[in-house]
Formats: sequence, structure tokens, C-alpha cells
Amino acid sequence: MTLYADLRVSRGAFDLSLDLTVEPGEVVALLGPNGAGKTTALRAIAGLLPLDDGRIALDAAVWDEPPRTFRTPDRRPIGVVFQDYLLFSHLSCLENVAFGLRARGVDKQIARTEAERWLKTVGLSSYARSRPRSLSGGQAQRVALARALATDPELLLLDEPLAALDAGTTLHVRAELGQHLRRFEGRTLLVTHDPLDAMVLADRLVIIENGQVVQEGKPTEVARRPRTDYVAQLVGLNLYQGAATGTTVGLGKGGTITLAEPATGPVHVAFPPTAISLYLQPPTGSPRNTWPAVVTGIEQHAHTVRVRLDASPTGPATLLADITPAAVADLRLTPGQRLHATLKATEVHTYPN
Amino acid sequence: MRAFVTVPLVLPPVVGGVALLLVLGRRGLIGQHLYQWFGISLPFTTAGVVVAEAFVAMPFLVISVEGALRAADPRYEEAAATLGAGRWMTFRRVTLPSIVPGIVAGTVLCWARALGEFGATITFAGNFPGRTTTMPLAVYLALETDPDVAVVLSLVLLFVSVVVLASLRDRWISGMR
Repeated sequence: MTLYADLRVSRGAFDLSLDLTVEPGEVVALLGPNGAGKTTALRAIAGLLPLDDGRIALDAAVWDEPPRTFRTPDRRPIGVVFQDYLLFSHLSCLENVAFGLRARGVDKQIARTEAERWLKTVGLSSYARSRPRSLSGGQAQRVALARALATDPELLLLDEPLAALDAGTTLHVRAELGQHLRRFEGRTLLVTHDPLDAMVLADRLVIIENGQVVQEGKPTEVARRPRTDYVAQLVGLNLYQGAATGTTVGLGKGGTITLAEPATGPVHVAFPPTAISLYLQPPTGSPRNTWPAVVTGIEQHAHTVRVRLDASPTGPATLLADITPAAVADLRLTPGQRLHATLKATEVHTYPN
Repeated sequence: MRAFVTVPLVLPPVVGGVALLLVLGRRGLIGQHLYQWFGISLPFTTAGVVVAEAFVAMPFLVISVEGALRAADPRYEEAAATLGAGRWMTFRRVTLPSIVPGIVAGTVLCWARALGEFGATITFAGNFPGRTTTMPLAVYLALETDPDVAVVLSLVLLFVSVVVLASLRDRWISGMR
């Protein structure tokens, strides 16, 4: 039983056009910048927003196919964890979890027993009688997850499930959420703007920008071979497009990069910022990629310094380099400074466009 | 609709009473049919008192509940829908509990306004002891015959009003916002 979603929604100038499939047991992450249409897609699948065109179906059961068919949310076998959880504040945690079962006509006693079991699963048995407002962010998220899973949905939808947590608890809650998702046998669609959430939790990433899919694949694949600047930025790589002839790639925006292995045709060229070294004097010896460059920006990261460079016209116009604070001191880096950047050809990764 | 509901709020109560007489009186727009078909005559009866006070005080309840409904977050209703709750269950288990403070505040305000109602009541229902005399009417009457009774009755009314306001203070503030 596969979920097929061909989503077409227009809202003013914004068009969402998205093809999605989610297999049983699979966790698909919809990743994209703010305003890319992630939440719109989730709301359409949940039935909170009717499609303008397209089709949503779980195998033979059609959920939405304008203009004829539209199933309201309460008639779709779904569970949704909302961004700020939306727990009912006038009900206890137990009643919150039992709500979905009661709404689907389950007997009161059975619903309570089942809800107790779910609270135990998420480790919150002792909070059964508490009101949601007395919970911490992480606990509220677990109650919301239990509430969504208690109805045994075919499809679990998670809208930025970790965005409302403070940084200290995110790590722990993310790991725990991962465990529950792995145990869940239905389909999961996770909407997030955080690449780390997506990489850790998902089996497959679907990256969207401006309502369109720009890349799709396993997390490792996406991390190694980004296809757009947005994805490259997410995974922290320098990414360029160009035409390869032999071991030389002519970049679309000017400049060339020399490769260790020959390639042909249009290619993506990716390399990590750590593959760049900076020198005051033109280096002598082996490096095949050496470009005069101008420093355009310097940012302090945890243990490295990220330097933004302009290596045109012989190299890329924007180039990120990670160097140690010691190297920054040696080079006495200041914006506007001229120096020489080298790239180790062995760290360059090329793949067809 | 909103204007219709709020008219009694700004109308002088005596005018409201006259309007009620014109509409519901024995020769009134609706009142004549009521009398002809069902033999019901509202003016100058206990039921007439209820109608007159409801007419004047109802806007307090309507406005208060409307405000609470507007302030309610529709996303909770969406959450209920994704959990499988239909419209009626969503309203009963999610919407209604979230506007309870507004309903309570509106009811008490409405009741307090009705308690002190004078103009519309005396115009529409008259002042028949034991049938249509309300507390404020009794105070007015007593003032002419026995001022001490009027003072006692007034103090009772004052006491009730203060108790209502004091008990409502928190809810009122949270409900009206």
C-alpha cells in the first residue's frame, strides 16, 4: 500500500507542484527553505487544504481528486504532529491521547487503556493526569506523537516536529523520535527546514524550492552529490556547474577547475571547504588548482574559520574555505585582502549534470 | 446581524419597551397573530418581563461569546479533525470548552444587566405586584411609600452586583480579551 500524492495547489503567485510517493515503513523528509511550500503540501495531504488539481490516493482509496472527490481530514487514516503540537489544554494528557480513539468510536474504557499504553511507550505514564501546559517542550512533543499514533494511522505527518524545542533538548528528542519512527509500520512524511533532522530521521529526502522538487534521494546520496546551491549550502559543500573536457572543467560563470580523474560533458563539481588552502605567496610545487583570490568575508565557526573568497576570473566567483584560527593569524586575514587559494584535486567530486 | 444584535445595547430601554409593545403588543406586528392564533398575549405578564429583559440584556451574552469564538484558535479544530473528529464532536469537545470563559462572563453580565433592568420592563410588562414587579421596580415603588424598604432592597441589589463582579473578575478579564 503506497501513498501517491500528485499535489497541485495555487495560492496567488505561488504554485506548488509536487509528486510524492511514500512506501509502508518509509520515512520521507520534505526539506526546503521557508516559503518553499512544505507546510502547504502537508496540509493538502492531511485534507486541511483542498487540491486545485492532481490526486492523493492510498492505493485504491482516493483522498482527493478535484473536482469530484474530497475526503475531509476526519475521514483520512492519518495522524498529524503539528509544529506547536496543539495539545488540547482543557484535557489531561491521557484524554488528549485517547481523543482520536474516542473520535473514531472506540469504547471509553478501551480508549483509556490504549492511551495509557501509548503514554507508557513514550515514557510519560506518570503524566497521564497532568494538563499539557505543565509539560516541557520535549514532553509535549511526545504526547503529541502518542496522540497521533494512537489511532494507528496509515500515514503519519510531522510538521517541523523539533522546531519548537530549545537547542539543549533537541538532540535527545530527535534520537527518541527516530526510534519511534523506525518502529512505526505505516508511512511517515516529515516536513522540516533543518537538514540535520532530515538526514538523521529520514530514509529518503525530497528537497523542494519554490514549490518544485529540486532533488530527491537517500540522505548519503544528497549529502555527497548536491544538485542546487541550496542543497550544497545545507550540506556545506562548494558546488559548481560546468562542462568537462579531459581533466579540465570550464565553469559556467567563468574560471576553470582541474580534476584528478578525467570526465566529459556537463558536470557538477563539489568539494568541501576544507579542501582549500590559502597562501600569501603563489605556492610552488604540485597543486594543480591555484587561483589568485580576494577575501570577501570571514566568519567564525566552532573550531574553524570560514573564509568567503572571490577567485574570479581564473577560479570560481564564490568560494568557501575552512581554515584554522592559527592560519588566520599567520595570514593576517582582512576583507579585501589578496592572496592565493589552492584546491587539492583529489578532494574534488564530479558527477553528471 | 451584528447591528441588529447590538441595537438594544444603545437603545434607551424605555424605547426598547415601546418597540416591544409595537411588535409584540396585542395589536402589534407579530403580537396580533400570536393572540389570534394561539391566544397568547405577552405584555403585562411574567413572560413579558422575561422577554423585555432578554431583549435588553442578550447583546452582552452575544458579544461576549462572539469575541471568544473569534479569539479561539482554529488550528485546534484542525487538529481535532485530523484525529477523526467530525464537526459536532469538534465543536463539543474542542471549540466549546475553549470558549467557556466567554460564555460564563457573558451569561453573568447578561444576568446582571437583566437584574437591574427598569425601563423596558415597566414599559412592556408594567408593574403588577407578584406578577411583573422586579426588584428595581419594587425599589422605585417603595421609595414613594416606604423609603426604608427601598434602602434595604437597594443594598441587596448592590451586594449581589458586587459579589458577581468580584467572583467574575478573573474570568471576565481573560474571557473578554
